[in-house]
Amino acid sequence: MAKKKVSKSPEAAVDYSKDPINAKLTPSEKVDLLRQMVRIRRFETVSLKYYQQGKMGGFLHLYIGQESVAVGTISLLGEHDHVITAYRDHGHALAVGMSMNECMAELFGKKTGCSKGKGGSMHYFAPDKNYWGGHGIVAGQTPLGAGLAFALKYKGLTGCCLCYLGDGAVNQGAYHEALNLAELWDLPVIYVIENNGYSMGTSQERSSAHSHKGLAARAEAYGMEWDQINGEDLYEVRARTQKAIDRAHHESRPTVLEIDTYRYKGHSVADANAEKYRTKEEIQRYMNEHDPLTCWKDQLIAEGIVSEEDFKNLMKEAGDEAEAAAQFAQQSPYPDESEMLDDIYWEVDNQTEAGRTGRHFFH
Amino acid sequence: MREITYRQALNEALDEELARDENVCIIGEEVAQYNGAYKVTEGLWDKWGDKRVIDAPISEAGFIGMGIGASMLGIRPVMELMFYSFAYVAFDQMMNNAATVRYMSGGLIHCPIVVRGPANGGTNVGATHSHTPENIFANMPGLKVVSPATAYDAKGLLKQAIRDNDPVYFMENTLLYGEKWAVPANDELPGGELVIPLGVADVKREGRDLSLIAHGRAVITCLKAAEILKEQHQIDAEVIDLRSIRPLDEETILNSVRKTHRAIYVEENKPFCGVGAQIAATIMEQAFDDLDAPVLRISSVDSPAIYSPPLEKKQLPYPEQVVAKALSIC
Repeated sequence: MAKKKVSKSPEAAVDYSKDPINAKLTPSEKVDLLRQMVRIRRFETVSLKYYQQGKMGGFLHLYIGQESVAVGTISLLGEHDHVITAYRDHGHALAVGMSMNECMAELFGKKTGCSKGKGGSMHYFAPDKNYWGGHGIVAGQTPLGAGLAFALKYKGLTGCCLCYLGDGAVNQGAYHEALNLAELWDLPVIYVIENNGYSMGTSQERSSAHSHKGLAARAEAYGMEWDQINGEDLYEVRARTQKAIDRAHHESRPTVLEIDTYRYKGHSVADANAEKYRTKEEIQRYMNEHDPLTCWKDQLIAEGIVSEEDFKNLMKEAGDEAEAAAQFAQQSPYPDESEMLDDIYWEVDNQTEAGRTGRHFFH
Repeated sequence: MREITYRQALNEALDEELARDENVCIIGEEVAQYNGAYKVTEGLWDKWGDKRVIDAPISEAGFIGMGIGASMLGIRPVMELMFYSFAYVAFDQMMNNAATVRYMSGGLIHCPIVVRGPANGGTNVGATHSHTPENIFANMPGLKVVSPATAYDAKGLLKQAIRDNDPVYFMENTLLYGEKWAVPANDELPGGELVIPLGVADVKREGRDLSLIAHGRAVITCLKAAEILKEQHQIDAEVIDLRSIRPLDEETILNSVRKTHRAIYVEENKPFCGVGAQIAATIMEQAFDDLDAPVLRISSVDSPAIYSPPLEKKQLPYPEQVVAKALSIC
C-alpha cells in the first residue's frame, strides 16, 4: 500500500551539470560535496551505534538517505542566507559547518554539545553559522522561517531563509499561515519540503489530500512559485534550488520546493514499525538504485574526478572522525546542576539591572 | 499634572519606542489602517508608515511565530493580539518557540519580542473572548508577564517591556482603556521619560490592618474596597499592585504582610493554580509566623465567562465581595 515514487522532473533530459551554478564547480568542490554527504552518513551511523548502546536519551531521527537535500541546497548559500529546520536536523547542522564534536556531544547530553546538552538531537543551533535550529514540533519552525526572512527584508539585506520541513508538516495549519504571510508580504523565504514519503508511519497517499499532484503544488493556492526536484541528483538539487534563491535575492519572492528523497531508517530509531508500513524491498530498492551518495560518487567517477578507492577513503575518514567525536562526547562532562538555571532569561544571564530586579525563578 | 487614558498611555509608549529604535515595529490585526480594534495604535500608521506599523491577516500562529523568528535576528516586534484569548491559537509559537529557544540553544538565541493585548472578562463577549491567561504564561520559565492597572504603569511598563531582551507578554484590560490617570509629560520627568522596571510592585495605598494584593483591574477593585473598609469599618487596608507577575517582587508583598499580618489576593484570573495561589504559597512559606489569619483568595468565579451582562458583573471580583472577605479575617 505504501508506495513511493521518485518523481523524475518533467525535463528529465536536462543535463543539470551544465547549469551555470554547477558548471563553475571545481573538481575539489565536487569532492567536497561528496565528503559532506559521507560525513553526514557516517555521523548518523556512528550515533545510531551509541544510541543502541544506551548512551543517549530521547529520540534519534536519522537523516540517512536524505543527505543530498541538505548538502545540495546549503552549498548554495551566502553571507545573508539563513537555515532553519525541524527535528531531523543533524544533516543540516553538519552542512552549515557545525563540528561533529559539538553535534555528537549534544546527543550524549554533554556540556560540550552545541546547546550545552540542553537541547538534544532535535534542537541543534548555530546562529553564528546562520543556523536557527533544530525545532521539535512539526511545522512549528515554518512561521519562524518567515520571520527570519522578514528580518532580512526589514534590514534591507539581500538574503533568504531556507526553511526545511517534512512531507508530514504540510498538513499543519502553521505552515499554511506562513505561506500566506510569505506571499502576502513578499518574504524571501524558501520552504523546502523534504519528501521522504512518510509522515512517521503514514504514507503521503494516506495523509495528504490531492497528493498525486505533489505537495509543493499547494503553493499555487497562494499564488506562489513552486518546483519539484529529484533529490537523488545533486546537480538538479543545486540548479533548481538556485532559481528559488535568485527569486528571493532579486525579487524578494518566496518559493516552495519539494525535493523527493527517502529515509532508510524509521521516523526515529524508536519507530518499531519502520519495516511494516513499507516493505523491506522498497527500502532495498532505494538503497540500490537511488542512494544519493552512490549516485554522486558514480557521477564523479564518470567525470574522472574520484575513484572507488577515493570514496572508500572518504568513508573511512568520516567514520574515524565520527568515532573520534563519540570519544570526545563520552569524555566530556555533563552540564553541572548549577547550570540548569542558565540560558533561560537573557537579562539574568547578562546580569543586567532588569535581570537582577524581581524574582525570576520559583523552584 | 495632565491626565490621559490608559489607551493614550499605551499609544505614547509605542510612539516613543518607535522613535527610539528603528528595529521596533508593530504587527497585528487592524493595527495600521484601521487604527487598532481598540484604537491603541491610533495615528501610528499615519506617522510611521507601512514598514513600522503592519496590518496582519487573521492568522495568529503565523504572524506571532513570524514575529518570534524576526526577533531572533534582531528585530524588536511589538505584536498586538486583538484579544489575548487569541493567544491560544498561537500557543505553540508562544510557549514552545519564544519561551524555550534560548534554553534549548544553550543561550545562543534570545527573543526580544512583546506580545500585548487585552486579557480580561467583563465585557459580555462570552467565554472565547474573555480569557485571562496570565497564570498560564507566567508558569513558563523564559517568559515574562506584565499586567498594568493604571495609565501611568501601562506607559512605563510597556516602554520597559519593549527594551527588555526576553519575551514579555503584556496583558491589558479593555475596561481600563478609557479610564484616565495622572501621567506626567516627558518634560515633567527628571529623566525625560517614563520607564518602569519589570519586577517592582507598587504600593497603591498604604495601610496597616490588611494587605490587599492584586494585579490588573483587580487593583482598582481593591482600592475601592479599601475606601469602603476605611469609611464604614475603620479598617486601614494596604493595596499592593504586582504590576509584573514574572519577574515577581516578593519583597514588597512580604514587607506589607509583615506589617499588616493579614493578606487577601484579588484577581480576575481563575482560582485553580491562579496567580493568587502562587502568592499565597509565597506568603505561607516566607512569612508564616507573621500571619494572624490564613491567606485568602478572591478570583473570578470558577466557570467559563458567562455572557449574561448582570451575571458577568458578579463573576468577577467586586468591591463589596472584597470587603466581606476582609471582614471575615479582621
